[in-house]
Amino acid sequence: MSETLVPFDEVVERFDPALGLEIHVELNTNTKMFCGCPAVFGGEPNTQVCPTCLGLPGAMPVVNGKAVESAIRIGLALNCEIAEWCRFARKNYFYPDMPKNFQTSQYDEPIAFEGYLDVTVPDENGGEGETFRIEIERAHMEEDTGKSSHVGGSDGRIHGADYSLVDYNRAGIPLIEIVTKPILGTGDKAPLVAKAYVSAIRDLIVALGVSDARMDQGSIRADVNLSLAPKGSGVLGTRSETKNVNSLRSVERAVRFEMSRHAGILDAGGSVLQETRHFHENDGTTSSGREKSDAEDYRYFPEPDLVPVAPSREWVEELRATLPENPAVKRTRLQGEWGFTDLEMRDTVGAGALDLVEQTVAAGAAPQAARKWWLTELARRANDAGVELTELAVTPAQVAAVQALVDAKTINDKLARQVFDGLLAGEGTPEEIIAARGLAVVSDEGALSAAVDKAIAENPDIADKIRDGKLAAAGALIGAVMKEMRGQADAGRVRELVLEKLS
Amino acid sequence: MSQLTRDEVAHLADLARIDLDDAELDHLAPQLNVILESVASISGVAGDDVPPTSHPIPLTNVFRDDVVVPGLTAEQALSGAPEAEEQRFRVPRILGDEQ
Ligand SMILES: [Zn+2]
Repeated sequence: MSETLVPFDEVVERFDPALGLEIHVELNTNTKMFCGCPAVFGGEPNTQVCPTCLGLPGAMPVVNGKAVESAIRIGLALNCEIAEWCRFARKNYFYPDMPKNFQTSQYDEPIAFEGYLDVTVPDENGGEGETFRIEIERAHMEEDTGKSSHVGGSDGRIHGADYSLVDYNRAGIPLIEIVTKPILGTGDKAPLVAKAYVSAIRDLIVALGVSDARMDQGSIRADVNLSLAPKGSGVLGTRSETKNVNSLRSVERAVRFEMSRHAGILDAGGSVLQETRHFHENDGTTSSGREKSDAEDYRYFPEPDLVPVAPSREWVEELRATLPENPAVKRTRLQGEWGFTDLEMRDTVGAGALDLVEQTVAAGAAPQAARKWWLTELARRANDAGVELTELAVTPAQVAAVQALVDAKTINDKLARQVFDGLLAGEGTPEEIIAARGLAVVSDEGALSAAVDKAIAENPDIADKIRDGKLAAAGALIGAVMKEMRGQADAGRVRELVLEKLS
Repeated sequence: MSQLTRDEVAHLADLARIDLDDAELDHLAPQLNVILESVASISGVAGDDVPPTSHPIPLTNVFRDDVVVPGLTAEQALSGAPEAEEQRFRVPRILGDEQ
């Protein structure tokens, strides 16, 4: 079916968008939500299963207390009320990746409700950003499903597959689903607000330490609801729900595409179908999934095998005391302390280096030096290795130690890069690497002086220029000396010697 | 107490993936209504001061420590599966989307 897409600028001239976001966060507990199976990612198929998470007859679930704790901490960080008493419920539907034929979830009694999160959309011209308050309807506890792979057909997708294979390692891993109220009044910022919200949730989850928060591995998954209404009408249109949008950029693109698609349908006098949609990373489009209508009949009822959860107010307050500083507030504070420009700060955050820089500074390095190493040398190496900065085998303490050696003129920046080579290769501490690789700058004045004399002798023309006061020419001599010393000299000292000898 | 219609029974059967033909629907719908009426007599006994109960024992907060306990091996897990392949449960072609 061909679709008419209305250009984004025209959409926002004539329509008001309403957003809604549902985010699933996979918790990083040791065990699953209702059984003691490991909840780690990447095991051999069906090796992290037991009668409970396989839904075998007679198996009895027991709630993971740590998961409840994480749920409460997430709720508190989102400024939610925490239920005094709430129950789990069965959400009944059939799908092979859900072995019990129901998902244990929460229905009308979520553990956390009525909260908010303020998110700031950066100004494209570098000015003050615009802040939107996102109202949180609820955050509730539930469990993840298994993973199906589809065999046969052309491309491993459901359609045209001959049969499917299911691995239940993921079935039963604790999930927290965070649901917003309709987000209104964002206008042309809707795609950016959606992205900023998911980003803020991710930052919060990272700060809380309750999840790996890896969107690429599905430990944070976003469903994006969108509807349009004629501008100023104040009504809510029919929404589509784009499932499993798995990167920040995709969230923005999915909203943008759905706005253009909805407008096309409404302009043609049609009505938007209430349905789920699939997002396609390759071209930024969505395609029709399942129509919602009566399939939505989940026949929820209270889970009889699990007793209610009634967190005491003392426990809630204890957990409130463990909350980290709000990431946005922290960012503003650190920028002030470090004296970074907006651009330096944005690059640092964008590179995922904020905590690393903070820890490096805490270990004694100057903020600009810490930023320089993480954002240039180490970012490049992480990129080459295809890993996140945080996964690189270099710690903030080591970076601070390397910088301290640069500050002490034991090594220079160029040699520091070789020290990082050694650290990544696991060759020991920076000092051990310097010793083993013979990297220290030569502080032997005699050797240095000899090298300068040699460079002057070999470059009489340049030496004459410097004698005539053309100090800019010194660079060539310094370069020659550094080459002679195989980079292991303090360029500042070499410059002093050159100028001394030629004055 | 409103009656369960034949259409509602057909819808529920569909949701529960139970294939009922017309004759079975004609037969079962009235029977289900008799059961519902019997159960409904409880509301005649319970006063307004008795809230609906989902859990008969007044227990809350039964939690487990977040400690791994050994489960099943893949071999054990798959031993009851009608079909398995690549250490996974093999299931018929899935029609439609996951929910
Ligand atoms: Zn299990």
